[in-house]
Amino acid sequence: MLSIRNLNVKYGEIHALHDISVEVGQGRVVAVVGANGAGKTTLMTTLAGLLSPASGEILFEGKALPKEAYKILGCGICLVPERRRLYANLTVRENLLMGAYLRKDKAGIAADLERMYDLFPIMRERVKQYAGTLSGGEQQMVAIARGLMSRPKILLLDEPSLGLAPIMVQTMFKAIKDINAEGVTVLLAEQNAFQALDMADEAFVLETGHVLVAGTGKELLDNPLVQKAYLGVKH
Amino acid sequence: MSQYFSGILSLGLIYVIATVGLAIFTGFTGLFSLGHAAFFAIGAYTAAILTYFYGVNFYLALLAAAAASGLVGLLIGYPTLKAKLRTDYFAIATLGFGEATRVLLENLPITQGARGLPGIANYTSLPVILAVAAVVIWIAWNFTHSRHGRAAIAIREDFVAAEMMGVNIFLGRLRSLIFSAACGGIAGGLFAHYFCFIQPSMFTSYMSTQFTAAVVAGGMGSISGPVMAALIFISVPEILRIANIWRLVAYGLLLVLIMIFRPQGLMGYREISFAFVKNFLGRLGKGGKA
Repeated sequence: MLSIRNLNVKYGEIHALHDISVEVGQGRVVAVVGANGAGKTTLMTTLAGLLSPASGEILFEGKALPKEAYKILGCGICLVPERRRLYANLTVRENLLMGAYLRKDKAGIAADLERMYDLFPIMRERVKQYAGTLSGGEQQMVAIARGLMSRPKILLLDEPSLGLAPIMVQTMFKAIKDINAEGVTVLLAEQNAFQALDMADEAFVLETGHVLVAGTGKELLDNPLVQKAYLGVKH
Repeated sequence: MSQYFSGILSLGLIYVIATVGLAIFTGFTGLFSLGHAAFFAIGAYTAAILTYFYGVNFYLALLAAAAASGLVGLLIGYPTLKAKLRTDYFAIATLGFGEATRVLLENLPITQGARGLPGIANYTSLPVILAVAAVVIWIAWNFTHSRHGRAAIAIREDFVAAEMMGVNIFLGRLRSLIFSAACGGIAGGLFAHYFCFIQPSMFTSYMSTQFTAAVVAGGMGSISGPVMAALIFISVPEILRIANIWRLVAYGLLLVLIMIFRPQGLMGYREISFAFVKNFLGRLGKGGKA
Protein backbone atom coordinates (compact mmCIF):
# COMPACT_ATOMS: atom_id res chain seq x y z
CA MET A 1 0.00 0.00 0.00
CA LEU A 2 2.75 2.42 1.05
CA SER A 3 6.20 1.77 -0.36
CA ILE A 4 9.18 3.77 0.74
CA ARG A 5 12.21 3.14 -1.45
CA ASN A 6 15.77 4.31 -0.73
CA LEU A 7 14.50 7.40 1.04
CA ASN A 8 17.08 10.01 2.04
CA VAL A 9 16.14 13.13 3.97
CA LYS A 10 18.52 15.92 4.90
CA TYR A 11 18.27 19.03 7.04
CA GLY A 12 20.88 21.10 5.27
CA GLU A 13 24.15 19.24 5.91
CA ILE A 14 22.63 16.85 8.40
CA HIS A 15 21.70 13.53 6.90
CA ALA A 16 18.63 12.49 8.93
CA LEU A 17 17.44 9.39 7.05
CA HIS A 18 19.75 7.05 5.11
CA ASP A 19 18.35 4.83 2.38
CA ILE A 20 15.18 3.85 4.17
CA SER A 21 13.14 1.18 2.39
CA VAL A 22 9.93 0.03 4.00
CA GLU A 23 6.72 -1.59 2.80
CA VAL A 24 3.47 -1.06 4.65
CA GLY A 25 0.81 -3.57 3.61
CA GLN A 26 -2.92 -2.91 3.49
CA GLY A 27 -4.61 -3.34 6.87
CA ARG A 28 -1.36 -3.87 8.79
CA VAL A 29 0.03 -2.23 11.87
CA VAL A 30 3.66 -1.35 11.27
CA ALA A 31 5.72 0.04 14.12
CA VAL A 32 8.81 2.23 13.89
CA VAL A 33 10.79 2.15 17.10
CA GLY A 34 13.97 3.91 18.05
CA ALA A 35 15.50 6.37 20.48
CA ASN A 36 15.28 10.13 20.41
CA GLY A 37 16.83 11.56 17.28
CA ALA A 38 16.70 8.25 15.43
CA GLY A 39 14.63 9.82 12.65
CA LYS A 40 11.12 8.60 13.50
CA THR A 41 9.50 12.02 13.36
CA THR A 42 11.53 12.95 10.28
CA LEU A 43 10.15 9.86 8.54
CA MET A 44 6.58 10.66 9.58
CA THR A 45 6.69 14.32 8.57
CA THR A 46 8.27 13.41 5.25
CA LEU A 47 5.45 10.97 4.56
CA ALA A 48 2.97 13.76 5.38
CA GLY A 49 4.66 16.00 2.82
CA LEU A 50 5.98 18.53 5.32
CA LEU A 51 9.60 17.74 4.42
CA SER A 52 10.79 16.94 0.95
CA PRO A 53 13.13 14.00 0.46
CA ALA A 54 16.66 14.55 -0.87
CA SER A 55 16.31 11.38 -2.92
CA GLY A 56 14.33 8.16 -3.11
CA GLU A 57 10.66 7.69 -3.68
CA ILE A 58 7.46 7.28 -1.73
CA LEU A 59 4.65 5.46 -3.51
CA PHE A 60 1.15 5.26 -2.15
CA GLU A 61 -1.09 2.74 -3.91
CA GLY A 62 1.46 2.73 -6.69
CA LYS A 63 1.47 6.47 -7.24
CA ALA A 64 3.98 9.14 -6.22
CA LEU A 65 2.82 11.55 -3.54
CA PRO A 66 1.91 15.13 -4.52
CA LYS A 67 4.47 17.80 -3.66
CA GLU A 68 2.15 20.10 -1.72
CA ALA A 69 1.56 19.05 1.87
CA TYR A 70 -2.12 20.07 1.81
CA LYS A 71 -2.84 17.59 -0.99
CA ILE A 72 -1.50 14.57 0.92
CA LEU A 73 -4.60 14.17 3.08
CA GLY A 74 -6.74 13.98 -0.04
CA CYS A 75 -4.82 10.85 -1.07
CA GLY A 76 -5.85 9.11 2.16
CA ILE A 77 -2.71 9.61 4.24
CA CYS A 78 -3.24 11.30 7.57
CA LEU A 79 -0.59 12.21 10.12
CA VAL A 80 -1.43 12.55 13.80
CA PRO A 81 1.61 14.61 14.68
CA GLU A 82 3.94 14.46 17.63
CA ARG A 83 2.69 16.66 20.49
CA ARG A 84 -0.77 16.56 18.92
CA ARG A 85 -0.86 20.10 17.43
CA LEU A 86 -4.53 20.70 18.15
CA TYR A 87 -6.18 24.03 17.47
CA ALA A 88 -6.16 25.22 21.08
CA ASN A 89 -8.78 27.93 20.66
CA LEU A 90 -11.28 25.78 18.80
CA THR A 91 -13.63 23.48 20.67
CA VAL A 92 -13.28 19.71 20.59
CA ARG A 93 -16.14 19.50 18.11
CA GLU A 94 -14.62 22.17 15.87
CA ASN A 95 -11.27 20.37 15.96
CA LEU A 96 -12.99 17.19 14.81
CA LEU A 97 -14.82 19.09 12.08
CA MET A 98 -11.48 20.48 10.87
CA GLY A 99 -10.44 16.86 10.37
CA ALA A 100 -13.36 16.53 7.95
CA TYR A 101 -12.41 19.78 6.18
CA LEU A 102 -12.08 18.12 2.78
CA ARG A 103 -15.30 16.13 3.09
CA LYS A 104 -18.63 17.38 1.81
CA ASP A 105 -21.01 14.61 2.98
CA LYS A 106 -22.79 16.22 5.93
CA ALA A 107 -24.63 13.08 6.99
CA GLY A 108 -21.42 11.05 6.91
CA ILE A 109 -19.58 13.67 8.96
CA ALA A 110 -22.34 13.70 11.59
CA ALA A 111 -22.26 9.90 11.78
CA ASP A 112 -18.47 9.90 12.09
CA LEU A 113 -18.63 12.43 14.94
CA GLU A 114 -20.84 9.95 16.81
CA ARG A 115 -18.42 7.14 15.99
CA MET A 116 -15.56 9.18 17.48
CA TYR A 117 -17.52 9.82 20.68
CA ASP A 118 -18.12 6.08 20.91
CA LEU A 119 -14.43 5.36 20.37
CA PHE A 120 -13.38 7.84 23.07
CA PRO A 121 -16.44 8.30 25.34
CA ILE A 122 -14.75 11.00 27.45
CA MET A 123 -14.83 13.30 24.41
CA ARG A 124 -18.61 13.38 24.49
CA GLU A 125 -18.41 15.33 27.77
CA ARG A 126 -15.79 17.68 26.35
CA VAL A 127 -17.47 18.53 23.03
CA LYS A 128 -17.84 22.24 23.75
CA GLN A 129 -14.60 22.65 25.66
CA TYR A 130 -11.66 24.43 24.06
CA ALA A 131 -9.04 21.89 23.06
CA GLY A 132 -6.30 23.82 24.86
CA THR A 133 -8.01 23.19 28.20
CA LEU A 134 -7.94 19.39 27.93
CA SER A 135 -5.49 17.06 29.64
CA GLY A 136 -2.67 15.53 27.61
CA GLY A 137 -4.45 12.19 27.23
CA GLU A 138 -7.70 13.81 26.18
CA GLN A 139 -5.85 15.96 23.67
CA GLN A 140 -4.22 12.87 22.19
CA MET A 141 -7.66 11.29 21.78
CA VAL A 142 -8.92 14.40 20.03
CA ALA A 143 -5.85 14.43 17.78
CA ILE A 144 -6.43 10.81 16.74
CA ALA A 145 -10.15 11.40 16.29
CA ARG A 146 -9.45 14.52 14.23
CA GLY A 147 -7.23 12.41 11.99
CA LEU A 148 -9.88 9.69 11.66
CA MET A 149 -12.52 12.25 10.70
CA SER A 150 -10.77 12.57 7.34
CA ARG A 151 -11.48 8.83 6.74
CA PRO A 152 -7.84 8.05 5.99
CA LYS A 153 -6.70 4.84 4.36
CA ILE A 154 -3.52 4.98 6.41
CA LEU A 155 -3.04 6.69 9.74
CA LEU A 156 0.47 7.81 10.67
CA LEU A 157 0.76 8.06 14.44
CA ASP A 158 3.80 9.90 15.75
CA GLU A 159 4.45 9.15 19.43
CA PRO A 160 0.83 8.83 20.53
CA SER A 161 1.90 7.81 24.04
CA LEU A 162 4.20 10.79 24.57
CA GLY A 163 3.68 12.39 27.97
CA LEU A 164 0.65 10.27 28.87
CA ALA A 165 -0.12 8.60 32.18
CA PRO A 166 0.37 4.78 32.03
CA ILE A 167 -3.39 4.13 32.19
CA MET A 168 -3.89 6.50 29.26
CA VAL A 169 -1.18 4.70 27.31
CA GLN A 170 -3.19 1.48 27.68
CA THR A 171 -6.37 3.21 26.46
CA MET A 172 -4.47 4.65 23.52
CA PHE A 173 -3.01 1.34 22.38
CA LYS A 174 -6.39 -0.33 22.72
CA ALA A 175 -7.96 2.40 20.59
CA ILE A 176 -5.28 1.96 17.95
CA LYS A 177 -6.11 -1.76 17.82
CA ASP A 178 -9.82 -0.93 17.39
CA ILE A 179 -9.06 1.54 14.62
CA ASN A 180 -6.95 -1.03 12.81
CA ALA A 181 -9.69 -3.64 13.24
CA GLU A 182 -11.99 -1.31 11.30
CA GLY A 183 -9.65 -1.53 8.33
CA VAL A 184 -7.39 1.48 8.72
CA THR A 185 -3.73 0.74 8.06
CA VAL A 186 -1.50 2.11 10.83
CA LEU A 187 2.10 3.25 10.81
CA LEU A 188 3.12 3.85 14.40
CA ALA A 189 6.27 5.61 15.59
CA GLU A 190 6.96 4.94 19.25
CA GLN A 191 9.61 5.22 21.90
CA ASN A 192 7.46 2.95 24.01
CA ALA A 193 9.01 0.00 22.17
CA PHE A 194 7.56 -2.90 24.12
CA GLN A 195 3.93 -2.04 23.59
CA ALA A 196 4.42 -0.91 20.02
CA LEU A 197 6.19 -4.15 19.08
CA ASP A 198 3.64 -6.19 20.97
CA MET A 199 0.76 -4.96 18.84
CA ALA A 200 2.58 -4.52 15.52
CA ASP A 201 2.33 -6.99 12.63
CA GLU A 202 5.65 -5.78 11.36
CA ALA A 203 8.22 -3.44 12.75
CA PHE A 204 11.61 -1.94 12.18
CA VAL A 205 14.13 -0.26 14.41
CA LEU A 206 15.61 3.07 13.38
CA GLU A 207 18.98 4.15 14.69
CA THR A 208 20.60 7.43 13.65
CA GLY A 209 18.69 7.41 10.40
CA HIS A 210 19.38 3.79 9.40
CA VAL A 211 17.09 0.78 9.53
CA LEU A 212 18.87 -1.39 12.09
CA VAL A 213 16.64 -4.47 12.02
CA ALA A 214 13.27 -5.27 10.56
CA GLY A 215 10.87 -8.15 11.04
CA THR A 216 7.56 -9.06 12.58
CA GLY A 217 6.73 -7.47 15.91
CA LYS A 218 7.24 -10.82 17.63
CA GLU A 219 10.67 -11.37 16.07
CA LEU A 220 11.88 -7.98 17.22
CA LEU A 221 10.58 -8.57 20.72
CA ASP A 222 12.73 -11.70 20.85
CA ASN A 223 15.75 -10.11 19.18
CA PRO A 224 18.55 -9.80 21.81
CA LEU A 225 19.87 -6.62 20.21
CA VAL A 226 16.49 -4.92 20.41
CA GLN A 227 15.90 -6.27 23.90
CA LYS A 228 19.15 -4.82 25.12
CA ALA A 229 18.87 -1.43 23.48
CA TYR A 230 15.18 -0.66 23.70
CA LEU A 231 13.40 -3.01 26.03
CA GLY A 232 15.77 -2.82 28.98
CA VAL A 233 16.16 -6.61 29.18
CA LYS A 234 19.48 -7.65 30.70
CA HIS A 235 21.25 -10.78 29.46
CA MET B 1 -29.25 63.38 17.52
CA SER B 2 -26.76 66.20 17.61
CA GLN B 3 -24.57 66.65 14.59
CA TYR B 4 -21.48 66.30 16.73
CA PHE B 5 -22.56 62.93 18.06
CA SER B 6 -23.64 61.63 14.67
CA GLY B 7 -20.29 62.81 13.30
CA ILE B 8 -18.35 60.71 15.80
CA LEU B 9 -20.61 57.75 15.17
CA SER B 10 -20.18 58.04 11.40
CA LEU B 11 -16.39 58.18 11.64
CA GLY B 12 -16.44 55.37 14.19
CA LEU B 13 -18.50 53.13 11.92
CA ILE B 14 -16.27 53.85 8.92
CA TYR B 15 -13.38 52.65 11.06
CA VAL B 16 -15.48 49.65 12.12
CA ILE B 17 -15.86 48.60 8.47
CA ALA B 18 -12.11 48.73 7.86
CA THR B 19 -11.35 47.08 11.21
CA VAL B 20 -13.73 44.17 10.63
CA GLY B 21 -11.99 43.62 7.31
CA LEU B 22 -8.61 43.58 9.02
CA ALA B 23 -9.99 41.29 11.75
CA ILE B 24 -10.80 38.70 9.10
CA PHE B 25 -7.21 38.81 7.94
CA THR B 26 -5.08 39.44 11.02
CA GLY B 27 -7.45 38.02 13.61
CA PHE B 28 -8.29 34.87 11.70
CA THR B 29 -5.19 33.97 9.74
CA GLY B 30 -2.64 35.39 12.17
CA LEU B 31 -0.67 37.64 9.81
CA PHE B 32 -0.12 41.27 10.80
CA SER B 33 -0.67 43.99 8.27
CA LEU B 34 0.84 47.38 9.04
CA GLY B 35 -0.19 48.94 5.76
CA HIS B 36 -3.95 48.68 5.75
CA ALA B 37 -4.33 52.45 5.44
CA ALA B 38 -3.12 51.95 1.87
CA PHE B 39 -6.23 49.90 0.98
CA PHE B 40 -8.32 52.58 2.69
CA ALA B 41 -6.53 55.27 0.64
CA ILE B 42 -6.88 53.36 -2.64
CA GLY B 43 -10.60 53.01 -2.00
CA ALA B 44 -10.94 56.67 -1.04
CA TYR B 45 -9.13 57.89 -4.16
CA THR B 46 -10.83 55.43 -6.52
CA ALA B 47 -14.32 56.40 -5.36
CA ALA B 48 -13.52 60.13 -5.18
CA ILE B 49 -11.91 60.27 -8.63
CA LEU B 50 -14.85 58.37 -10.15
CA THR B 51 -17.54 60.67 -8.72
CA TYR B 52 -15.47 63.87 -8.95
CA PHE B 53 -13.99 63.63 -12.44
CA TYR B 54 -16.32 61.19 -14.14
CA GLY B 55 -19.64 61.79 -12.39
CA VAL B 56 -20.10 58.09 -11.66
CA ASN B 57 -22.97 57.04 -9.39
CA PHE B 58 -21.85 57.00 -5.74
CA TYR B 59 -22.82 53.39 -5.06
CA LEU B 60 -21.10 52.16 -8.18
CA ALA B 61 -18.06 54.16 -7.12
CA LEU B 62 -18.13 52.41 -3.73
CA LEU B 63 -18.20 49.02 -5.44
CA ALA B 64 -15.35 50.13 -7.69
CA ALA B 65 -13.41 51.21 -4.58
CA ALA B 66 -13.89 47.76 -3.06
CA ALA B 67 -12.86 46.09 -6.32
CA ALA B 68 -9.78 48.29 -6.77
CA SER B 69 -8.55 47.68 -3.22
CA GLY B 70 -9.34 43.98 -3.49
CA LEU B 71 -7.35 43.77 -6.71
CA VAL B 72 -4.37 45.53 -5.13
CA GLY B 73 -4.73 43.11 -2.20
CA LEU B 74 -4.44 40.25 -4.68
CA LEU B 75 -1.38 41.80 -6.33
CA ILE B 76 0.35 42.38 -2.99
CA GLY B 77 -0.78 39.12 -1.46
CA TYR B 78 0.15 36.81 -4.31
CA PRO B 79 3.94 37.21 -4.13
CA THR B 80 4.22 37.79 -0.37
CA LEU B 81 1.93 34.93 0.66
CA LYS B 82 3.28 32.59 -2.02
CA ALA B 83 6.76 33.19 -0.65
CA LYS B 84 5.42 32.14 2.77
CA LEU B 85 6.90 35.19 4.47
CA ARG B 86 6.96 34.70 8.21
CA THR B 87 4.66 36.97 10.23
CA ASP B 88 7.27 39.62 11.06
CA TYR B 89 8.62 39.79 7.50
CA PHE B 90 5.12 39.98 6.14
CA ALA B 91 4.37 42.90 8.47
CA ILE B 92 7.45 44.73 7.17
CA ALA B 93 6.38 44.08 3.58
CA THR B 94 2.95 45.60 4.27
CA LEU B 95 4.57 48.56 6.04
CA GLY B 96 6.58 49.23 2.88
CA PHE B 97 3.48 48.78 0.76
CA GLY B 98 1.61 51.36 2.87
CA GLU B 99 4.34 53.95 2.55
CA ALA B 100 4.83 53.29 -1.17
CA THR B 101 1.13 53.81 -1.79
CA ARG B 102 1.15 57.14 0.03
CA VAL B 103 4.20 58.36 -1.90
CA LEU B 104 2.55 57.27 -5.14
CA LEU B 105 -0.60 59.21 -4.28
CA GLU B 106 1.53 62.28 -3.59
CA ASN B 107 3.08 62.13 -7.04
CA LEU B 108 0.38 60.97 -9.46
CA PRO B 109 -1.23 63.67 -11.61
CA ILE B 110 -4.77 62.26 -11.22
CA THR B 111 -4.63 62.42 -7.42
CA GLN B 112 -3.42 66.04 -7.60
CA GLY B 113 -0.49 65.16 -5.34
CA ALA B 114 -0.15 66.61 -1.88
CA ARG B 115 -2.84 69.23 -2.58
CA GLY B 116 -5.41 66.47 -2.39
CA LEU B 117 -8.91 66.40 -3.83
CA PRO B 118 -11.16 69.15 -2.44
CA GLY B 119 -14.87 69.50 -3.08
CA ILE B 120 -15.87 65.84 -3.25
CA ALA B 121 -19.67 65.56 -3.12
CA ASN B 122 -21.09 64.79 0.32
CA TYR B 123 -22.91 61.55 -0.49
CA THR B 124 -22.08 59.62 2.65
CA SER B 125 -24.78 59.78 5.29
CA LEU B 126 -25.14 57.91 8.56
CA PRO B 127 -27.82 55.51 7.22
CA VAL B 128 -25.55 54.58 4.29
CA ILE B 129 -22.64 53.92 6.63
CA LEU B 130 -24.88 51.91 8.94
CA ALA B 131 -26.15 49.80 6.05
CA VAL B 132 -22.65 49.10 4.70
CA ALA B 133 -21.33 48.30 8.19
CA ALA B 134 -24.23 45.91 8.76
CA VAL B 135 -23.59 44.12 5.47
CA VAL B 136 -19.84 43.86 6.09
CA ILE B 137 -20.33 42.54 9.63
CA TRP B 138 -22.95 40.07 8.37
CA ILE B 139 -20.59 38.73 5.69
CA ALA B 140 -17.72 38.55 8.16
CA TRP B 141 -19.88 36.76 10.71
CA ASN B 142 -21.04 34.20 8.17
CA PHE B 143 -17.48 33.70 6.97
CA THR B 144 -16.14 33.01 10.44
CA HIS B 145 -18.89 30.48 11.09
CA SER B 146 -18.34 28.65 7.82
CA ARG B 147 -15.98 25.87 6.88
CA HIS B 148 -13.62 28.45 5.37
CA GLY B 149 -13.67 30.51 8.56
CA ARG B 150 -12.76 27.45 10.60
CA ALA B 151 -9.94 26.77 8.17
CA ALA B 152 -8.69 30.34 8.61
CA ILE B 153 -8.67 29.91 12.39
CA ALA B 154 -6.84 26.62 11.98
CA ILE B 155 -4.18 28.48 9.97
CA ARG B 156 -3.75 30.97 12.80
CA GLU B 157 -3.71 28.32 15.52
CA ASP B 158 -1.22 25.98 13.88
CA PHE B 159 -0.55 26.33 10.20
CA VAL B 160 1.33 23.06 9.95
CA ALA B 161 -1.60 21.19 11.44
CA ALA B 162 -3.95 23.12 9.13
CA GLU B 163 -1.93 22.05 6.11
CA MET B 164 -2.08 18.44 7.29
CA MET B 165 -5.85 18.65 7.41
CA GLY B 166 -5.87 19.59 3.75
CA VAL B 167 -6.13 23.38 4.07
CA ASN B 168 -4.43 25.32 1.29
CA ILE B 169 -2.76 27.95 3.46
CA PHE B 170 -1.83 30.22 0.58
CA LEU B 171 -5.38 30.36 -0.80
CA GLY B 172 -6.93 30.71 2.64
CA ARG B 173 -4.73 33.68 3.49
CA LEU B 174 -5.10 35.26 0.07
CA ARG B 175 -8.89 35.00 0.24
CA SER B 176 -8.90 36.69 3.65
CA LEU B 177 -6.54 39.42 2.48
CA ILE B 178 -8.67 40.24 -0.57
CA PHE B 179 -11.84 40.45 1.53
CA SER B 180 -10.02 42.58 4.05
CA ALA B 181 -8.63 44.91 1.38
CA ALA B 182 -12.08 45.28 -0.19
CA CYS B 183 -13.55 46.26 3.20
CA GLY B 184 -10.80 48.84 3.57
CA GLY B 185 -11.61 50.14 0.10
CA ILE B 186 -15.33 50.58 0.82
CA ALA B 187 -14.52 52.29 4.12
CA GLY B 188 -12.17 54.63 2.24
CA GLY B 189 -14.86 55.44 -0.34
CA LEU B 190 -17.31 56.31 2.44
CA PHE B 191 -14.63 58.37 4.18
CA ALA B 192 -13.89 60.44 1.06
CA HIS B 193 -17.56 61.30 0.53
CA TYR B 194 -18.03 62.02 4.20
CA PHE B 195 -15.19 64.54 4.65
CA CYS B 196 -15.46 65.82 1.06
CA PHE B 197 -11.71 66.27 1.02
CA ILE B 198 -8.84 63.80 0.91
CA GLN B 199 -5.09 64.17 0.74
CA PRO B 200 -2.29 61.60 0.96
CA SER B 201 -1.14 62.70 4.42
CA MET B 202 -4.42 61.42 5.88
CA PHE B 203 -3.44 57.82 5.17
CA THR B 204 -0.21 57.38 7.07
CA SER B 205 1.05 54.40 9.02
CA TYR B 206 -0.65 56.03 12.03
CA MET B 207 -3.99 55.06 10.49
CA SER B 208 -2.78 51.51 9.77
CA THR B 209 -1.66 51.24 13.36
CA GLN B 210 -5.09 52.34 14.56
CA PHE B 211 -6.74 49.52 12.60
CA THR B 212 -4.26 46.94 13.87
CA ALA B 213 -4.55 48.26 17.42
CA ALA B 214 -8.34 47.94 17.26
CA VAL B 215 -8.10 44.32 16.08
CA VAL B 216 -5.54 43.35 18.71
CA ALA B 217 -7.26 45.23 21.53
CA GLY B 218 -10.65 43.89 20.48
CA GLY B 219 -9.42 40.31 20.39
CA MET B 220 -7.76 38.32 17.63
CA GLY B 221 -10.34 35.89 16.35
CA SER B 222 -13.40 37.88 17.32
CA ILE B 223 -15.65 40.12 15.22
CA SER B 224 -17.60 41.84 17.98
CA GLY B 225 -14.42 42.67 19.95
CA PRO B 226 -12.74 44.70 17.19
CA VAL B 227 -16.08 46.40 16.42
CA MET B 228 -16.26 47.64 20.02
CA ALA B 229 -12.58 48.54 20.09
CA ALA B 230 -12.83 50.58 16.87
CA LEU B 231 -15.79 52.54 18.26
CA ILE B 232 -13.98 53.14 21.56
CA PHE B 233 -10.73 54.21 19.88
CA ILE B 234 -12.53 56.74 17.71
CA SER B 235 -14.79 58.15 20.41
CA VAL B 236 -12.31 58.34 23.31
CA PRO B 237 -10.00 60.93 21.69
CA GLU B 238 -13.11 62.89 20.70
CA ILE B 239 -14.61 62.83 24.18
CA LEU B 240 -11.24 63.84 25.60
CA ARG B 241 -10.87 66.70 23.14
CA ILE B 242 -11.17 69.16 26.06
CA ALA B 243 -7.94 67.69 27.45
CA ASN B 244 -6.20 68.98 24.33
CA ILE B 245 -2.88 67.24 23.55
CA TRP B 246 -3.17 65.03 26.63
CA ARG B 247 -5.90 63.04 24.92
CA LEU B 248 -3.32 61.20 22.85
CA VAL B 249 -1.53 60.27 26.05
CA ALA B 250 -4.81 58.91 27.42
CA TYR B 251 -5.28 56.98 24.19
CA GLY B 252 -1.84 55.41 24.57
CA LEU B 253 -2.55 54.68 28.22
CA LEU B 254 -5.78 52.92 27.27
CA LEU B 255 -3.86 50.66 24.88
CA VAL B 256 -1.23 49.87 27.51
CA LEU B 257 -3.92 49.10 30.09
CA ILE B 258 -5.68 46.72 27.69
CA MET B 259 -2.41 44.92 26.98
CA ILE B 260 -1.73 44.54 30.72
CA PHE B 261 -5.18 43.50 31.90
CA ARG B 262 -6.64 41.87 28.79
CA PRO B 263 -3.66 40.64 26.75
CA GLN B 264 -6.06 38.49 24.77
CA GLY B 265 -8.07 41.61 23.84
CA LEU B 266 -11.48 42.75 25.01
CA MET B 267 -13.25 39.67 23.70
CA GLY B 268 -10.32 37.29 23.29
CA TYR B 269 -11.31 34.60 20.82
CA ARG B 270 -14.96 34.77 21.76
CA GLU B 271 -17.97 36.61 20.45
CA ILE B 272 -20.47 38.65 22.37
CA SER B 273 -23.66 36.66 22.81
CA PHE B 274 -26.58 36.31 25.18
CA ALA B 275 -24.80 33.54 27.10
CA PHE B 276 -21.63 35.61 27.26
CA VAL B 277 -23.41 38.65 28.72
CA LYS B 278 -25.23 36.48 31.27
CA ASN B 279 -22.00 34.80 32.27
CA PHE B 280 -20.22 38.16 32.53
CA LEU B 281 -22.96 39.72 34.69
CA GLY B 282 -22.98 36.58 36.83
CA ARG B 283 -19.26 36.89 37.44
CA LEU B 284 -19.63 40.60 38.23
CA GLY B 285 -22.32 39.73 40.77
CA LYS B 286 -20.12 37.11 42.41
CA GLY B 287 -17.15 39.47 42.44
CA GLY B 288 -19.30 42.08 44.21
CA LYS B 289 -20.27 39.68 47.01
CA ALA B 290 -16.80 38.29 47.59
